Amino acid sequence: MQLVLEKRPERSTFIAVASPLIAIVLTLVTMAILFAIMGKNPIAALIVYFIDPLTDAYSLQEIAVKATPLVMIAVGLSLCYIANIWNIGAEGQFIAGAVCGSWLAVHTNGTDAGFWVLPVMLLLGAIGGALYALIPAICRVYFGASEILTSLMLVYVADLGMDYLVRGPWRDPKGLNFPTTAEFDPVATVPTLIEGGRLHAGAIITLIVVMLATVLLGRMIMGFEIRLVGAAPRAARFSGFNADRLVLFTFAISGALAGLAGIIEVAGPVGHLQPNISPGYGFTAIIVAFLGRLNPVGILIAGLFLALTFIGGEEAQISMKVPLDLTKVFQGILLFYVLACDSLIIYRIRLLRTIRKPVPAHA
Amino acid sequence: MLDASSQAGSSRSGPLLSAISISKRYGDFLANDCIDLDLFSSEIHALLGENGAGKSTLVKVMYGLIQPSGGELRWMRQKVVLAGPSEARLLGIAMVFQHFSLFENLTVAENVALGLPPTESFAAISARLEETARVYGLPLEPKREVWRLSVGERQRIEIVRALMQNPKLLILDEPTAVLTPQEADQLFLVLDRLKSEGRALLYISHKLEEVKRLCDTATILRGGKKVATCDPRQETAASLARMMVGADIGEVKAMSGRSVSVPRLVIYKLSLEPDDPHGTHLEEVSLEVRGGEIVGIAGVSGNGQGELFSALSGERLSPAEGAIVIDGQAAGLLGVTERRRMGAAFVPEERLGHGTAPRMKLSENALLTGHAASGMVKKGFIDKPATLTAVDRTTKSFDVRKAKRDPEAVSLSGGNLQKFIVGREILREPGVLVVSQPTWGVDAGAAATIRQALIDLAARGTAVLVVSQDLDELAEIADRIAVMFHGRLSEPLDAAEATRERLGLLMGGANPAKPAGPQEAKHAVGA
Repeated sequence: MQLVLEKRPERSTFIAVASPLIAIVLTLVTMAILFAIMGKNPIAALIVYFIDPLTDAYSLQEIAVKATPLVMIAVGLSLCYIANIWNIGAEGQFIAGAVCGSWLAVHTNGTDAGFWVLPVMLLLGAIGGALYALIPAICRVYFGASEILTSLMLVYVADLGMDYLVRGPWRDPKGLNFPTTAEFDPVATVPTLIEGGRLHAGAIITLIVVMLATVLLGRMIMGFEIRLVGAAPRAARFSGFNADRLVLFTFAISGALAGLAGIIEVAGPVGHLQPNISPGYGFTAIIVAFLGRLNPVGILIAGLFLALTFIGGEEAQISMKVPLDLTKVFQGILLFYVLACDSLIIYRIRLLRTIRKPVPAHA
Repeated sequence: MLDASSQAGSSRSGPLLSAISISKRYGDFLANDCIDLDLFSSEIHALLGENGAGKSTLVKVMYGLIQPSGGELRWMRQKVVLAGPSEARLLGIAMVFQHFSLFENLTVAENVALGLPPTESFAAISARLEETARVYGLPLEPKREVWRLSVGERQRIEIVRALMQNPKLLILDEPTAVLTPQEADQLFLVLDRLKSEGRALLYISHKLEEVKRLCDTATILRGGKKVATCDPRQETAASLARMMVGADIGEVKAMSGRSVSVPRLVIYKLSLEPDDPHGTHLEEVSLEVRGGEIVGIAGVSGNGQGELFSALSGERLSPAEGAIVIDGQAAGLLGVTERRRMGAAFVPEERLGHGTAPRMKLSENALLTGHAASGMVKKGFIDKPATLTAVDRTTKSFDVRKAKRDPEAVSLSGGNLQKFIVGREILREPGVLVVSQPTWGVDAGAAATIRQALIDLAARGTAVLVVSQDLDELAEIADRIAVMFHGRLSEPLDAAEATRERLGLLMGGANPAKPAGPQEAKHAVGA
């Protein structure tokens, strides 16, 4: 017997829709096996992970808070990935945006500067993320450096740069030597949507981003250019589109969105700049982008699902004493299955019975 | 080493390979429908048919590349199941594909060694390669890198590689498609010799004159079914064509007395470095195409036609502004979009991946070239109804057959997609049209439609430049014909003086004005 991948005559639309769902089911099965190996009851563990967070208002808000940066970053990344441009460094652009926006918050701290501070911070965050993302883009366009490697490596540069700032120049003098800036002023803080809750205005900005991206990809010539460069680069050149310009454009947009997510996170749920502002949002967003089929609405759903794993992971850590890192294992397995299932859109699996030598049978 | 004749026996002893009621189904589509075919030793058997008739499918079944859905193969009267090409080769079946599978950076001998089982030493293979090449008069230098070789030489590698397996049956898929007439003549000598050695040959083609001249038997396929088996020497080209197409092909009518106006496309001393290391350097290419005329560029592919096309379309910019002039405006430094806005239109050779994005809908592929100047984009937004209207217009004017209103480009047959691509450009009523291989791999009906459309477009005052390897096509539609060789373009000849012989010599690099140069000396050795 032999397993072969056979090319389908046409892409299967059914599989294209079902592929993320199949991937999720396979991931759940794998997780159940892992829980069983760890000596936990798999059913109970999966309920803690995926059902319990949906049952109380606090967790639901918390899911939306976590989904906000994931979706915003993933929408930007999807524009790159559709065009076959590989920005892996959203985590660094997230930090760069957070730092740039925080610069204003730190320097206006305690001066009661006025309502303009937050909008300018958001703008600075987006610009900071975009500029940071343009470094690998420029390296690729002008020097032919692989943007996969350069964008990834710049994550660590951004991380250490921020670390330096909060331990050095920007450290809160009254902060008992903790590596953190002073708490941002109310005018430098993203407002919450529910009195006393954690859900903040960033969620609305994210929804607007999702809508804009849908319009861009579906209705605008720029979106067509992005899709065409990814689908058929030679035809895109023939069409008169400039692939280099598109590398710069998509990196700038995705960097801006990651930077915006960064400053919203710092000026919202966190409230000050400190190390570890992100539990890997920039990397998880890669999974979100693919799980959402590089489609803005799909990404919104996928972002909420991945946020659920963060919250479920925290709950499982508390109630079942499983390590928090299991969440990362979970996310990694999920990405693996999503990419594996995607090949089923173009290929189908067939079982071949082994055929030996040409059998000379007498007719 | 040439023991095929002793084993295979004569044609009297029954067929070497029989295909019995072979069917191949892809979903709802029946590519082969109960086809019977008998191949005999010492016989050249032609497999004729339009594109999509099922020739390639049948041959792939016979070479073990695909499994039939029904029917069986018999090798010397015994039933065989071919699980793969290696099993076909074990029986003594070899195949020369239309598209070569050669590594450009490796030498001839290395390429041949890669295709053979690893039981023989490299030195032995090199020696055997030289021997085989010499015996059959297929000159090859084993140590030369493939990228230095012409297409004809590359084909020789494939043929020699196949012969080194000492096959009883050799399958050739459209072998003359890429050759000059002189190279084709040399190939026919080799094929005749293989036949006289007692081998069976299956020759796939749609060039009727060639089949009449070379083949003993012809099997004609149409729409996946076998239409007839006949002796091509007893048929006329017209009767063969009728069997292939199932109807008489309309003659292309030239519009006599076309009025030729001012030059609308001027290429002036265009020199361009290739952008990939194996490309061709364009050297001082100059040409004028006037409104109302069709100028053809003949030549064996790989002599700079691709480079010339990208320089004309603006996919690559020229070194000087004035190297390309469109309607009196210097365009050498302008991109594709600007050139389209000046009224130029382009049809590249590759339909899928260059002329269209295969996985995108036709409406999106209309936008692919229409976004520049057809009012399909307003303030950055796509006017979707306008793109659909463009698809509908093209469909209607050019009889594009498709399953639904707006399918993906890849789902169309080659001929229909080509009609769509050519129609997409012609309906924009361009002032200048540059089209590369307009009917490459297209069925006869679609080819006639496209050629007629080009003639009519020229009659409306457009300057049309056609790059083609098909001399018959150029003879049919072009007013003047120039030949491209090694990145240089000859002076255009009036169509009336451009005989096959003159063009063939130019395509082989000989300058008819000068005495025979070293190029011809090389050919003499080969013949």
